[in-house]
Amino acid sequence: MTAKIVLDRCYLETRCKIIELAANLDRLERGEGAKTIIDDPRLAAIRTALGVLLDARPGRAERCQMVFSLPHDESWQPPNAR
Amino acid sequence: MNYIDPHIHMISRVTDDYHRLALAGCVAVSEPAFWAGFDRGGPEAFGDYFRHLTEHEPRRAAQFGIKHFSWLCVNAKEAENVALARQVIKLIPEFLDRPNVLGIGEIGLNKNTPNECTIFCEQLEFAANRGELVLIHTPHLEDKYKGTRMILDMLKNESRLPPERVCVDHVEEHTIRPVLDAGFWCGMTLYPVTKCTPQRAADLVELHGPDRVLVNSAGDWGPSNPLAVPEFMLEMRLRGHDAVAIGRLVHDNPRAFFGGARRGFSP
Repeated sequence: MTAKIVLDRCYLETRCKIIELAANLDRLERGEGAKTIIDDPRLAAIRTALGVLLDARPGRAERCQMVFSLPHDESWQPPNAR
Repeated sequence: MNYIDPHIHMISRVTDDYHRLALAGCVAVSEPAFWAGFDRGGPEAFGDYFRHLTEHEPRRAAQFGIKHFSWLCVNAKEAENVALARQVIKLIPEFLDRPNVLGIGEIGLNKNTPNECTIFCEQLEFAANRGELVLIHTPHLEDKYKGTRMILDMLKNESRLPPERVCVDHVEEHTIRPVLDAGFWCGMTLYPVTKCTPQRAADLVELHGPDRVLVNSAGDWGPSNPLAVPEFMLEMRLRGHDAVAIGRLVHDNPRAFFGGARRGFSP
């Protein structure tokens, strides 16, 4: 598909999802006790992931996945290690 | 176009869903053993479940011209109870040679605990001892990347399981590359909110190619669409992929992987 076709197909859905995200964030800030959850790590992850969206490099979906993922412990030893 | 759903929990679906699958062109389904939505009371409950998978579901599917295949195992969630899990593993041989059984699955990790790893390795060993195909569940959401890395490490240590006889399921953007690079089959699960969409699955096929890739609906107890594979087929068609390319993903690839089952695979 050409980029124009992708844009033609995805524009309305993307627009809708961005507005939904915006509405979710507004609703969160309107909620009682909004200031008390400012440091919730989930909000930090959301802010970081939104930053990934604005990064022009390809692979945004994978980088967003990693923002929301627990890291792997490289020193972990499997129980069946030989 | 005929298709095969390589991962769908028909125990959780009404009979009308078989009718819809048949109308959409589904000729076969593969149903892994999984969690019931609650922790089962004992090994006898698993025995009844294995009977359900190997006797009742094939009969239900046959009413609509669909061939039903299943897998046997103790699932990742109930693997946390090591004593129970070992009792269930002892039950499996009684059902393993039933004609619709494809292999051991869906084993895997849920919260990546030591107990889950212990039972995962024991079931890998069980499968390797018997030359069975293996289907693997990778964890959801924030646990998926770490769990997939742990699973790949444990698979590396079971050298008797050729990679082409193992499918690592529920891959997404951050786990598909390590799975394919290690030579395994991978499954992409089209499931709302917690997993992938038809559009993202089509993206992953375009990025990584069709080799060793399966696409499934994992229709189960949660909100899910048993027609997710036809949705994927439509997405691919709208992107200009031809029938041969689509058929390869939704029919030929499952046939190729399941064709390695000890008891054969004839959809």
